[in-house]
Amino acid sequence: MKNYVSGFRARARAGTVASLLLGGAMGLGLSAQIVIAEEAQNGGTLNFVVAGEAPSKDGHREQTYALIHPYAPFYSLLIRVNPEDPQSSDFVCDLCVGGIPEPTNGGKTYTFKVKEGVTFHDGQPMTAQDVKASYDKIIFPPEGVPSSRKTFFNMVESVEAPDDTTIVFNLKFASGAFMPALATPFNWIYSKKDLEEHGYDWHKDNVNGTGPFKFVEHQPGAFVDGAKNENYHHEGQPHLDGFRAIIARDMAVRIQAIRGDRAAIEFRGFPPQARDDLVKALGDKIMVQESDWNCVLLYTPNHERKPFDDPRVRRALSLAVDRWGGSEYLSRIAIVKTVGGVVFPGHPLAATDAELEQLAGYGRDIEASRAQARALLEEAGVTDLTIDYNNRGVDQPYKVVGTWLIDQWAQIGLKTEQQVRPSPQFYAVLRNSGEFDVSVDFNCQSVVNPIADVTKFLGSAGNNYANYEDQALEDLYTELARAPTFDEQRTIMRKYERIALDEQAHLGVTLWWYKINPHRSYVKGWKIAPSHYLNQQLDNVWLDKSLM
Amino acid sequence: MYQYVLKRLLLMIPTLIGAALLVFFLLRMLPGDVCEVRLAGTGLYVSQEEIDLCRADLGLDDSLHEQFVDFVGGYFTGDLGRSMWTGQPVVHEIQVRFKLSMQLAIMATLVAVIIALPLGILSAVKQDTWIDYGVRAFSIAGIAMPSFWLGIMIILGLLIVTQAWFGSGWMPPINYVSPFEDPIGNLAQLIWPAVATGYRYSAVATRMTRSAMLEVLREDYVRTARAKGLIERVVINRHALKNAMLPVVTIIAIEFAFLMGGLVVTEQVFNLNGIGKLFVDSVGNQDFALTQHLVMLVVVIFLLTNLVVDVLYAWLDPRIRYS
Repeated sequence: MKNYVSGFRARARAGTVASLLLGGAMGLGLSAQIVIAEEAQNGGTLNFVVAGEAPSKDGHREQTYALIHPYAPFYSLLIRVNPEDPQSSDFVCDLCVGGIPEPTNGGKTYTFKVKEGVTFHDGQPMTAQDVKASYDKIIFPPEGVPSSRKTFFNMVESVEAPDDTTIVFNLKFASGAFMPALATPFNWIYSKKDLEEHGYDWHKDNVNGTGPFKFVEHQPGAFVDGAKNENYHHEGQPHLDGFRAIIARDMAVRIQAIRGDRAAIEFRGFPPQARDDLVKALGDKIMVQESDWNCVLLYTPNHERKPFDDPRVRRALSLAVDRWGGSEYLSRIAIVKTVGGVVFPGHPLAATDAELEQLAGYGRDIEASRAQARALLEEAGVTDLTIDYNNRGVDQPYKVVGTWLIDQWAQIGLKTEQQVRPSPQFYAVLRNSGEFDVSVDFNCQSVVNPIADVTKFLGSAGNNYANYEDQALEDLYTELARAPTFDEQRTIMRKYERIALDEQAHLGVTLWWYKINPHRSYVKGWKIAPSHYLNQQLDNVWLDKSLM
Repeated sequence: MYQYVLKRLLLMIPTLIGAALLVFFLLRMLPGDVCEVRLAGTGLYVSQEEIDLCRADLGLDDSLHEQFVDFVGGYFTGDLGRSMWTGQPVVHEIQVRFKLSMQLAIMATLVAVIIALPLGILSAVKQDTWIDYGVRAFSIAGIAMPSFWLGIMIILGLLIVTQAWFGSGWMPPINYVSPFEDPIGNLAQLIWPAVATGYRYSAVATRMTRSAMLEVLREDYVRTARAKGLIERVVINRHALKNAMLPVVTIIAIEFAFLMGGLVVTEQVFNLNGIGKLFVDSVGNQDFALTQHLVMLVVVIFLLTNLVVDVLYAWLDPRIRYS
């Protein structure tokens, strides 16, 4: 078995992970070097499993990885996360030429040159006009046309294509969130002609991209097939003849499918036990890639319900949670692991461990924290409190972490009545009825884009369900979004984090998710990213026939 | 007989109307909707505007009576609408799964009948012998064992045994191929779930066959047949079995109807893209449009199965006459 751990912190703790989890003889660096040094082989069909079925085929309107995994290989992006190093915060050109351009006009203008000679799968030439039409649809959709990532681009004033090889983004203000938004893996480039002739709904049911694979067939509930695009614009790629994305909702089926070689990989992630079972059963026929995951499991106290309107009570909830201990124990059974604050752990804008330890609930001495929590509850006059706790009826990681939280709060004398609900009912309570004291919540993003991702903690954010207004936090965020230098961004981020998680404890961060991808050893070229949405075009993936 | 069948068919109409009303309103009493699941269920940011657009697009903003008319009207216009999750026509969504579910139901029924009839008869004929005890233990085990659990054990067993014998694990294919395209591949996939469900199904039918046979074997006309000097095989096959079949046919038919829509967990375990799995997915996605038509499909299957059973009664027992 080979394994390597990726991530911003991977190198720092690779040895620990290897000995703790896998006991592999191979070191991190050696494994990674072996993978890089191998020469890609052409041919073969990659079978992989996907846990869900996409609601439509339109990336601009959908949100789910169940769309990204089978359909991203049919499309190209203007820029993308570096497929050779998806853990880095580097972006590289996909349909643009050369490197990522430096902004001009005080950080307010980005000019990209677009590749020439690229064609859509139906033979139409792709030009900057197609890029403009696609981004216009994403950023400025006509009324009634859904665009799930419109708000990512609130800094964009206009998109221009002065000629067929140039695309210009004019911003209202310089923003560090622009480039990550541009690289979002759902920003597929559609043909302007398709949009004009067939309308904005056409891509719900039809596929015409410039990606490494051409759409062949979608059998509802069963699979999506793709075949190699011989005219792909990255020379020498793709290596595969095709792929089949097999829809398998049940996790046991997905695990057994890899074990029985009906599928070679699942790109979302398995819990630790599944990894261990596969490794035990398949030995060197399985390879494991692991990474911190840009998803965080939160709990949301409902500020409109007493006593959760009192910051002392919310702080007490946070102080009761032993995050460092939870990281050690929960990571053995659930897809969570890393202790972090509001920013994806290990990102330069994230708090260091020392900085985290200054926040309520992040201290290493859990008994001291809990004593403080009890004192806060007493001061707030809270006795005999029973929390009405809304949880999602999904094992990983909601029910596992949810059960752990009940125990954590019991340590400071709080009782919890957990209501585990199927997803639709869970969301109905969380988003609409607000009939909960505390609810599990989560924030999963694709490209690591802390300045955009931390909006989750703003009371005004559409995906914040804690029902509060905090003008100080809003003002700080405005300052953060416009901060021109990294150092300023980092300083403001710490203040923001302190208000959100400590002083006001608006939301509680439990643990960040941890992505584990065991896959057949013959799958080569695919490198784990910090998100299950990223690096899924499969153009650099190949199959090592000597291992099949 | 024709009049009876016609009358039964007409009587289905109020049943169908009742079922339609029930499923329509019960579904809409559930909190949440497909747009919440589709857009908010990923954890990514979604604006209320997007959710409102989705609701308007799917007609969830329409009044209840408009939605109901749209639902029931589809049966008269032939347009059952589109799945709220995939946007595909409901007829298409059901059609691609129906053949798999039908084939599996037939195969499981065959497995059940092949096991149940001989064992049930044998158990009755050899009552209170070790054969009888063995058959009863076998059938009780079948009733006690959930078919999905048996399915999981079959898959794990195949993986473990093939890995031990051949060095690499083998499990049934997880994609359906038509028996006309690839009969071996088709059989390799469906025989295992057919055995897993057929075993439980056979257990019920075995016990029913046994008790029905025991009852019939004590009848006067069986004693008469034996007194006439007929050999035991003829007594059993010609005189006893046909009359013992009435309750057995009922059980088999009800189980068959159940298999058409009720193989929810077994289909998940074997990743079979059938009606049961579609049911689970559509309910999980709050896809009202699809769920309500699936419920109606199952209702129709049950009604038709019951009618077929009643007609079969007349053939099995000529004393039964319908008017």
